Amino acid sequence: MEKYFIEFFNLIGIIAIISFPFFKTKGRGLITLGVIIVQVIISSIVAFYVFANGPVSHTFTGSFITGPIPFRIDFLSAWFILVISFTFLTGAWYGLHYMKKYKDQTDNLALHMTAFILLYNSIIDICLVQNGLVLLVVWEIMALSSFIAVIFEHNKKETIKAGINFLIQSHVCILFLTMAFMWVKVKTGSFDFSAITAYTSAEPAITGIGLFLFFFFGFAIKAGFVPFHTWLPLAHPAAPAHISGIMSGVIIKIGIYGILRVLLLIKTDMVSLGYFILAVSVITGVYGVMLAIVQHNLKKLLAYHSIENIGIIGIGIGLGCLGLGYNSQILVVCGFGGALLHTLNHSLFKSLLFYCAGIVYQKTHTMDIEKMGGLLKHIPRTGYLFLIGSLAICGLPPFNGFVSEFFIYTGLFNGLQSNDFLFIMALLFAILGLVVIGGLALICFTKAFGIIFLGNSRDHEVRNFSKEKPMDFFPLYIVALGILIIGLLPVILAPALLKITQMYMSASVIPVTPAYNSILGNLTSVGWYSLGFIALTALLYFLRHIITSRRAQTIEATWGCGYTGDASKMQYTASSFIRSYRKLAGSFLMIKKDKQEASGLYPEHINQETHPYDRVENWFIDKPLHLIRRFLNRFVFLQNGNIQAYILYGFIFIGLVILVPVIIEKLAVFFNFLNQL
Amino acid sequence: MISFLLIILASFFFMGVVVRTKSIASGRRGPGIFQPMKDILRLLKKGSVYSKTTSLIFKIAPVAYLSSVLMAILMVPHGNNPGFISFDGDFVMFAYVLAFGKFMIIISALDTGSSFEGMGASREALYSMLVEPAFFILMGSFALYTGHTSFFTIFSTLHYGSYISYMLGALATFVFVLIAMIENSRMPVDDPKTHLELTMIHEVMVLDNSGFDLGLIQYTSYLKFAMYGAIISNFFIGVLPFWISIPMFLVVQFGFAIAVGVIESFMARFRMGHNPQFIFILTSVSMLIFFGALLVLGKFM
Repeated sequence: MEKYFIEFFNLIGIIAIISFPFFKTKGRGLITLGVIIVQVIISSIVAFYVFANGPVSHTFTGSFITGPIPFRIDFLSAWFILVISFTFLTGAWYGLHYMKKYKDQTDNLALHMTAFILLYNSIIDICLVQNGLVLLVVWEIMALSSFIAVIFEHNKKETIKAGINFLIQSHVCILFLTMAFMWVKVKTGSFDFSAITAYTSAEPAITGIGLFLFFFFGFAIKAGFVPFHTWLPLAHPAAPAHISGIMSGVIIKIGIYGILRVLLLIKTDMVSLGYFILAVSVITGVYGVMLAIVQHNLKKLLAYHSIENIGIIGIGIGLGCLGLGYNSQILVVCGFGGALLHTLNHSLFKSLLFYCAGIVYQKTHTMDIEKMGGLLKHIPRTGYLFLIGSLAICGLPPFNGFVSEFFIYTGLFNGLQSNDFLFIMALLFAILGLVVIGGLALICFTKAFGIIFLGNSRDHEVRNFSKEKPMDFFPLYIVALGILIIGLLPVILAPALLKITQMYMSASVIPVTPAYNSILGNLTSVGWYSLGFIALTALLYFLRHIITSRRAQTIEATWGCGYTGDASKMQYTASSFIRSYRKLAGSFLMIKKDKQEASGLYPEHINQETHPYDRVENWFIDKPLHLIRRFLNRFVFLQNGNIQAYILYGFIFIGLVILVPVIIEKLAVFFNFLNQL
Repeated sequence: MISFLLIILASFFFMGVVVRTKSIASGRRGPGIFQPMKDILRLLKKGSVYSKTTSLIFKIAPVAYLSSVLMAILMVPHGNNPGFISFDGDFVMFAYVLAFGKFMIIISALDTGSSFEGMGASREALYSMLVEPAFFILMGSFALYTGHTSFFTIFSTLHYGSYISYMLGALATFVFVLIAMIENSRMPVDDPKTHLELTMIHEVMVLDNSGFDLGLIQYTSYLKFAMYGAIISNFFIGVLPFWISIPMFLVVQFGFAIAVGVIESFMARFRMGHNPQFIFILTSVSMLIFFGALLVLGKFM
């Protein structure tokens, strides 16, 4: 069955793309959606089959270059297939509505849809393939197709700039992965994933750590761990809303999948890896949210939040590794389980938030929070869905974000019973990090929701808001429903999570014993409690409604201290809302200020601007680039525009390529001769 | 269950005791201790004025705020008697449920479109973020010290052995009193009696709430005080039987209320800019408790 699944799955996608020339734009859109739906159904059936009946695998013969190509769907793959498929389903559906506005750009749309189908197929294939070389090829297809999907609005200069940045960083990522696979290939002669296990278990632990670091740097670029995150806040605002949602929801999660997969394969000192991942993740989480707060571009704000959530997932992974290292079953379950659950949860609420941001963009034609306000009255559906997303991303009950954070907290607090001082300190650090992340996320999303949807419009431009069409919201409702179901019934996911975490335990020395009951019981309590919370709030609201409906109610202007004019320009803005925070965190941030002081009795019109910038980007990207450019500028005389000179360079290069090995060989002979003297 | 009832009872007189203490400290007789509750009943009977800028959020928020605190109270145990619901890591849920209420009240302040309320909302969001680590590290220290991870199991197994552990208990009480003061926006951080909007935090956020909603919000704040008082009382109750523990609970609540009154009478409000530093102190003190617990357990290095 699995053989046919893999072949059939990719074949549908290819047939769909081939059929594009025979249809008009609308037909192509429907085909894209249809194909994605069919593929999602097929892959979900297979994933559920795997969860019910255990892993399946099939090995293709391959060629003499790749060696045999094993495809394997285990619990980890199945989990990621489900997460990815769900977001692609809602993304394709939402994208169909979102792209209606661009229906005149037929060629552009066809390219976009081709890229979309390729993207889905390649991502699913990445979850299946167990051969390094083939993985790299599929990874490249994914990188290119996501690049094309991102630069849909390529006539805008920022979009193409962000796209190229994304393309380059994706290839740096591929470079690291290539080096890692080459390392294993050179040492063992095989691209098969099992060679990694065989190689690292035979070598000392330090080799495994080194190999892991190569993989980690590669996957971390994709996932957006600080300091490899710099492509993310640029690419998300540039992409169309459904691509942003998918990119933040699942494409960056492929990096997480990679890390989790490699952790299953590499046999090394898990304790050091755990501390390393934990430290990087806490920094990633806190740094991401710290920068998210000062962003005033909605999509950029959400993009920095993806970095924060990757940090939370990373904390889970780090905790799981420490559990493997210290032989603690509860840490493994809570750590990896929390990380996997948060991967799913983040893909849900982040895609919802991006879809809402897309609707806001189509209604207001801006992403600048400072120009918004009072949108809840014009687009109430979007507003309330955004609120659900905000509450979920802040990790507040009764929504799903809380469940996964609770999972990780449980692990962290349980781990405190250890006797290892260093370990306890690491947990304290992680708890602090997670708490600070939660608190800062609250600031960020009260700001985002409050400034965008509440109050009055801060911009005097009159916009006519067309009515929201209920049909367009269907995919968003499905996502919101998912958020609520996981929040209320987290137990339904527990068996799947336990199966995946068992893979890690059985791969190590920890005995798999059925001591999960306490964790399961906890999840049930959390679900009941959340349900009680909703019920109590609803009950109280009902009572309030009954009581207040009998009382006198008057509608007046907001209390303005006696001021009767138009106060909409006097409202608190996003930058004033976070001013105290900005002053407090100023030394960590990098905010370019353009400030003019009002002076004299009749001050002139003054302007004040703040531009948040990323300090890490400044250190790791801008400064090195600047230095490289300064160095390379010394050779600018070579580029003299003279074609003869260029041909000469070519000959010199070819000559060097041929001569250098020969010269080295001669030198070696010479030195050998000297040695023998 | 007993703890829930006791907290509701304490919430009726708590604020009255605070007000009475403040009156006596300033040389007045002051109102009876049930006067604040009577004020709330009066508010609940009144009609409301709504701003035309506000939306449904503004009406849901006070209810969500109250229900979040009620849900949090359900988890607070009374010595050896568990709260209504108790599970491992329930204090995480406790903090996050309270945060939900805070989230709603902050966005309801932004809903009015008033710059005063925006200012209050901004400060509330920042200070509640800053105070959170202190609570978690404190609970972490208890988890470390007792080896358990729920309110009930922690407090029912909490016992003091050495002198250091008594000192830790005292420090924890100190931190909790101040957390309660900050969470309720009381004196060293915020002055509820100020008459200038620019210097308020919590009061300015509810400027536009009136009648029933205002009553709910104010009562929620009393409940919150009583809830923190109940948690503090748990530091001392342990496994004592009811006939000692209930009077002890009331004594702690009275003591806490008097302490709040005394702090409010003899301390001035900090400058806004100094508040974050002050709140950071709490986190440092709770770190101290954490290291103290490590020391007591002999896990230090």
